[in-house]
Amino acid sequence: MIAAAQLLESPQSPSHLDQAPPVRERFQRLYQRPVLLEIDDLGRQFHSEQGTNTALERISFRAHRRELVCFIGASGCGKSTLIRIVAGLDSPTSGAVRLDGHEVRGPGRDRGMVFQGYTLFPWRTVLENVTFGLEVGGESRLQAANRAREWIELVGLSRFANAYPHQLSGGMKQRVAIARALANNPRILLMDEPFGALDAQTRAQMQSYLLQIWRQVDITILFVTHDLDEAIYLADRIVVLGPNPGRILEIIEVPVPRPRDASQFSSDAFFATKRHLESLIHGQRTATAEALPRFKHEHPDSDVQ
Amino acid sequence: MDTRPPRQRAEWLQIGKEVPPNRRSLLVTLSFILPLLAWSIVSYVPFIWHPLVKVESPGSVSYFEQGMLVERDTFADENRTARAEARAPATGSLANPVYLPAPHEVARALYVAFKTPPRLPSEPWLHQSLWHSIQVIFWGFAISSVIGVPLGILCGAFPFFSKLSEPFLEFFRYLPAPAFGALAVAVLGIYDGPKIAIIFIGTFFQQVLVVANTTRKLDPSLLEAAQTLGATRAQLLFKVVVPGIIVDLYTDMRILLGWAWTYLIVAELIGTMSGISYFISQQARYRNYQNVFAAIFIIGFIGLGCDVLLAMAGAKLFPWRAAKRGPSLRALVRRLLGGSSKIDSKGTTTQPA
Repeated sequence: MIAAAQLLESPQSPSHLDQAPPVRERFQRLYQRPVLLEIDDLGRQFHSEQGTNTALERISFRAHRRELVCFIGASGCGKSTLIRIVAGLDSPTSGAVRLDGHEVRGPGRDRGMVFQGYTLFPWRTVLENVTFGLEVGGESRLQAANRAREWIELVGLSRFANAYPHQLSGGMKQRVAIARALANNPRILLMDEPFGALDAQTRAQMQSYLLQIWRQVDITILFVTHDLDEAIYLADRIVVLGPNPGRILEIIEVPVPRPRDASQFSSDAFFATKRHLESLIHGQRTATAEALPRFKHEHPDSDVQ
Repeated sequence: MDTRPPRQRAEWLQIGKEVPPNRRSLLVTLSFILPLLAWSIVSYVPFIWHPLVKVESPGSVSYFEQGMLVERDTFADENRTARAEARAPATGSLANPVYLPAPHEVARALYVAFKTPPRLPSEPWLHQSLWHSIQVIFWGFAISSVIGVPLGILCGAFPFFSKLSEPFLEFFRYLPAPAFGALAVAVLGIYDGPKIAIIFIGTFFQQVLVVANTTRKLDPSLLEAAQTLGATRAQLLFKVVVPGIIVDLYTDMRILLGWAWTYLIVAELIGTMSGISYFISQQARYRNYQNVFAAIFIIGFIGLGCDVLLAMAGAKLFPWRAAKRGPSLRALVRRLLGGSSKIDSKGTTTQPA
């Protein structure tokens, strides 16, 4: 698979496999960290009147502590299903998910989740949203509020602690959602296309916020996206999923050194990785969209081609 | 040619476009003025309808009396006969039937009805009748809500309860509440018991189904988010489902309270007649139709007043609800009370980047 993909790229261009020494050392250290999440031969089938649809097949993967892993793939490759299974909101047909060696059965406080839609509780203020997890965990209101304030500060929203969600912009809502998930002290943060609904600028801003937060907090992150740039910018490793049935095509070590910043978008390592991802994800498809049927236009305009 | 940009002139009729506030107030006012205008025209402009003649002096017509209402044709016939026989003709003015009093008569009745003592000492004053009606509504609606709202929420949240109870409720909802009148009297006596029961039956079954539906409309991703934060089943119910639907629930209750009012009139006819319905039927018997209209309007005023008050209370109770443009009547009342700026600005106070 890797060999085939490389053939598509010209021999002179840098490869995503070329890692600078610091990057290589970083990955060596990463693999020495304990395994936090283990996805073991996971399968998920959906049964309907039209027949059986295999959303995921033979998914095996291990995430190490404090790793940032992105799952990427075209729509219909089961990436959302996979992360929902890890969250415990869906259950696998076969195989298992283990966190710290314990099998996942149903949702729990050890796995925080940020959804694509804004799932803040509209009747609670920012502060009350962040205290929710602590409250249901049995902490006193005062204690919960104190801890929640720290997290709200971390995401830079102290001024809005008493605002209601409808008063916040989309990016701010997602920052609250991140604070809410982290306030519970989860072992792993699951993010299902969390910035998918945001405009490009806010999205870029949120990505750098996330990296800053991740640097300060001891947390492993699983991040689902369909945006190649986002995946390369954020991830240590990228798990590329393919559709029909959803399966792992390849796991890529991102050769872009950390700390990351926007200037790296034009670096060789970034380009090489992106080109490789593109050939993996879009490789099977034809390069251009199928030609649409031609309509006769009454006033042909030579400028429009 | 005029090169100035065309002045933005708002169209009156635009599909789905909100009307600017000044026009909205105008339209809300018109919605009351127009029916009143129609009523006034029919009442005060003689050639529109006025099928009768009110006799002012009977003249020589033997059976005419002063103040009597006769058909126009009869009146004309009698006077023709009288003139032919050289007798004194009757005089009169065009009039509407007694069951359509003019607006000013109803307006006077609205004021006078509360000050008029009842004809018999055993009969209640109007305000006593009204208070009685309000109590019956309150108890019927309260008992229904105490059972119906929790059951509705359970049905909406757990398919178990939904499948267990809703098919039967769907069936029962089609049984007309007044049909239980005789049964209710047999079981609960002739006083307020059966009346409250009718309002209960009329409200309860709708209530469970409506509340269940509202509960089902809660965004399921809120429940999932709460689950990933560690909420247990009971916590999901009390910390997510209930606060999540409470705004819509409140609106449902306002609508259901309106339905309870419609059952009131039927309920009050059961057993010993009481309350506002008793007042209405007594006044109709005395042919005081202006009082009948007055009483009907009073019901309308109370119902609408309750609803506007509840809606305004709702805006205070649920501050998280984005300041949406509600029914304009509320906005008009708020403008009249002078509190518009405070509430309108709420949703736009913070819109940072």
